[in-house]
Order: sequence, then structure tokens, then C-alpha cells
Amino acid sequence: MHLTHLSLADFRSYEAVEVPLTRGVSTFVGSNGQGKTNLVEAVGYLAHHSSHRVPTDAPLIRRGRERAVVRGSVERAGRTTLIELQIVSGAANRVRVNRSPTTRPRDALGLLRTVLFAPEDLVLVRGEPEGRRRFLDDLLVSRAPRFAGIRSDYDRALRQRNALLRSAAAAQRSGRADLRTLDVWDGHVAASGAELVAGRIHLIRKISPHVLQAYATLSACDAEPRLSYRCTVGEAIGQDGTPSRQELHELLLQGLAAVRRQELERGLTLIGPHRDDLVIGLGDMPAKGFASHGECWSLALALRLAGYELLRADPGPDGDGEPVLILDDVFAELDTGRRARLTELISQADQVLITAAVPQDVPSCLAGASFTVDGGQVLRDA
Amino acid sequence: MFEGVVQDLIDELGRLPGIGPKSAQRIAFHLVQSDPVDVQRLITAMQEVTRKVRFCEVCGNVSEEERCRICRDPRRDPSILCVVEEPKDVVAIEKTREFRGRYHVLGGAISPIEGIGPDDLRIKELVGRLSSDEVTEVIIATDPNLEGEATATYLARWLKPMGVRITRLASGLPVGGDLEYADELTLGRAFEGRRLLDV
Repeated sequence: MHLTHLSLADFRSYEAVEVPLTRGVSTFVGSNGQGKTNLVEAVGYLAHHSSHRVPTDAPLIRRGRERAVVRGSVERAGRTTLIELQIVSGAANRVRVNRSPTTRPRDALGLLRTVLFAPEDLVLVRGEPEGRRRFLDDLLVSRAPRFAGIRSDYDRALRQRNALLRSAAAAQRSGRADLRTLDVWDGHVAASGAELVAGRIHLIRKISPHVLQAYATLSACDAEPRLSYRCTVGEAIGQDGTPSRQELHELLLQGLAAVRRQELERGLTLIGPHRDDLVIGLGDMPAKGFASHGECWSLALALRLAGYELLRADPGPDGDGEPVLILDDVFAELDTGRRARLTELISQADQVLITAAVPQDVPSCLAGASFTVDGGQVLRDA
Repeated sequence: MFEGVVQDLIDELGRLPGIGPKSAQRIAFHLVQSDPVDVQRLITAMQEVTRKVRFCEVCGNVSEEERCRICRDPRRDPSILCVVEEPKDVVAIEKTREFRGRYHVLGGAISPIEGIGPDDLRIKELVGRLSSDEVTEVIIATDPNLEGEATATYLARWLKPMGVRITRLASGLPVGGDLEYADELTLGRAFEGRRLLDV
């Protein structure tokens, strides 16, 4: 699939901009602070309804305005779909598909698929588990949008349970705790939690060979990356085979029962997918803390490229699942060898959007449309 | 901002459910320009409601007397109880004209975030009604969302030892709708709750 047109209104630094796009490589070159990343952020937002840079929508709206609009035409399996997203701060987004409003914004997820790699992705390897959980969950949602519902069910059940634990912790100190409904919330947390964990473990199994291959191509070295799921209800879970939803449900219930006393002391749910982690190893060592800067870059890039390969292989109900690949300011960080091998990897992609501060950062063999981004204007070079 | 009393009225109207600042303004100016007789009628209706309406001491539904219309009706089957969250759910079920039993209004659903626990709902009253042998079935008709489901599970566990039949309203496809328009969650539920087609 590829984008044929992108238009922004009051998005970040852009008052209004129209960008016609084509298949193949498009590069956006401009000095820092001119709005290159804002452009690709908008494309990512169109696909995921969230930004890769900020957790809330308020910064996406141009200062002094009430709403931002992102509009994109996607060509997929021969058909063109127009997706329009109105971002309103502090309220639900409004989404229109082919000019007709959708009842739930969630229905428009998955129409456009993107895989975005940005310098921030280094935290996938070096940062806190939260980033890695989001990586897994975003990929799950891209492959099967129903996981967006499971995620929000889990989050909501978890918030209710934490609220109960907090008030129970306070009541227990005064000697009067009401724990009668805790079992009920355990059941709800375990049910959606089990689905989420099962989905993540299955995903890691699917993605691992792609990570291995992408890393080998990128880094040209021997150490093999290993992915495993660290589950708070048991270290061994998911090591051999994907456990069934029923098994995980049982394990989560048992796990919650086992830590109940600590949970009451701290007023927090201590086990479950919101505390699990994707462990990335390189050879026999954990990547976090042991891998070099270059190795971390290659690993993070390999994870993203693996997500890209996985989505490409899965056409989804609409056909042509190949995502738009976005590389935000990536080439400047890579050495010559890695640069050449990445170029090799992406040259076959349907559509690649690349941003760079100077044209020299982009390998010259990546010919294609080039744009200059300057002061809120995006102009195609002659 | 408007002057004194008009702004006061807008603020009060804005506190009502479903009325935003714009609608509040519109209603306020409508009232200002209306015939005083019409406004007086509205005022009387609101006063009467606060003066006369109370909650049925048996089921918790809104009522003008000690017991509501449904609890007083001898034709209603006393052996089946339908448990709902709000009085407006009673109205919705009454519209079906299918249910001939009686109701029990909980007054909400369990939600720790909002500080609502089982003691804030009319569960003790429900247990009291079940201790008489008359009731044989309890239909739990709380909302099919997370809080409603949690309340249903809690009630089922609490009531099970009392030996009554406990049922839950089915979830599934809307009647007269198209399968293709159902969201995946509803469709998934409909699959779980499929039944044998007996011909």
C-alpha cells in the first residue's frame, strides 16, 4: 500500500500543507526545526491514532487553534481510501473514511499501516519495559485491530482494581477493609490479561525469525539476537510453545491470589501484562547494558524492520498489507556499512518516506522524489 | 459571560446531564423570551417532582407512593425478579411488554474508581426480598459493560447460596440489523452465546 496524498491543517507547525506522494522513495530534507518529523508523525498518526513522540494529543494542535486535521489518501490493492482525522484536544477524535463518519474511530485503524523508525527507538533496547510493551501491543493492533479493544478492556479493569486496592489499603489501616469485590475484578483482569499475554507470546514467536534475519543483514556480525517474554506470573511461560488462553487465565488468577497481601499493602496490581517485558538478548548476554551503541541501533532497527516484514506477509482482509516504511533521521546515525545494507533492505519496499537534515545523509542510490521542508512549506524539488 | 441572573440560569442548566454550555445558553435565552405562563408550568412540574417523587420501598424504582405501580400490581409474577442498575432501565424493559415479573433497582453499578462499592447499592434489600420463598428466579440485567458485568458476577456469587435460579441477559446481535455492521466484540459474544436451533 502507499499514500498518494497527505494534507495537514493546523497540525504542529503546519498551518496548511498539501503533499502529493508517489510509490518508492520520497526524501524530505530540511534544517532542524523546519517540520520534517512533524510530517512523518502525521502519517504515523493517521495509521495508529497516536503519536510516536508524545502521549497526549494537545501538542499536535498548532498553537492557538482548537483542532488539527490530518487527511491522507491510501492506495491499497488497487482501491483508494480517503482517511480524515480531526484531532481535538481533550475530546475524542473524529474520523471519516471516504467522507462518511465512522461510529468508532477504532474502525479506521488498520486501513493505513505504517512502520516508523526514529532515533527515539533506541529506548526499545535501552529504555524501560514500557516502550517494549508498546512496541508489541502496537504491532498486535496493526495485525488484528480487535486487540485495541482487549487492551482498553484490560486497562479499564486494571484501573478499577487499583482503585479498589488503594481504598482497601486505606480502609485496612483503619481496620475495616471491603474485599468482597476483589475476586470479581481479579476475574476481569485475568480474562483480558490472558488474551493480551497470549497475543504477545504468539507475536514474539512470529517476529523472532524476522528479527534474526534483519539483524544479520544489518550488522554483518555473528551474535544472534534473541527475544523472549518475561511474564510476571511465571518466568517459564512462553519458553516452549504458546500457552492457551485458559491456562494463562488460570495462572493469572493464581498469581493474583498469591500476591494479594503485598498488593493490599501497596495499593497496586503487581502482576499481569502491564508489568511484563520483552527481553532482548544478543548472543548469551542481555542487550540492555551489554550491547554497544551501534549494536543497540541495529537491534532497534531490526525490531522495526521485523514488524514491517510481518505486516507485509499478512495481507489482512483488505489485501496488500505492506506498510508504508518511515525512516525519520536514521541514516545520519549509521556507519557506512550499515547504511549500505539498510539501503539494500528497503530498496524493494512499496513506499519509503525518509527525512534527513542534509541531502548527503541519504545514500544517492535511493533515487526518488525529493522534497525540501522549510518554514512550514513542503516543496517538491525540480 | 452574561449578567447576573441569566448567567446563574445558564450555570444551573449546564449542570444537567447531556447539556453542554452552548445548549444551556440556548435554553436559558428560550426561557427568557418565553411566555411567563409556560415558564411557570415548567417551574411547577419541577417543584412537584421534587416534592412528590420518592423511591419505592420495595424495588427502589421511582414512585409517587410508598410502593411503585409495578410492585402494587397483583397481576405481576412475584416469583421472577429482574435486577437493573437504574429506574430508566425499568422503563426500557417495560417497553418490551415481555417481562411480567417484578424489578429490583440497584441504583448503579460497582465502580471503585467512582467509589461505588456493594454497600452503596441496594443489595441488602435484594437479599431481603429473596429470603421469602416466593422468588425462584433472578434475572440480572445490568449494563453489558465492564462495571455492569462486574456487578453481575458479584451478585451471582453472593446470591448463589440462596438456591434461586440466576440468569443473565444474553449479549449478541441486534435484531433487524445486519451481521456486517456488528463490531467484533458483539459478534464474538454472539458466537459464544449461540444456541441450538431446534426444528
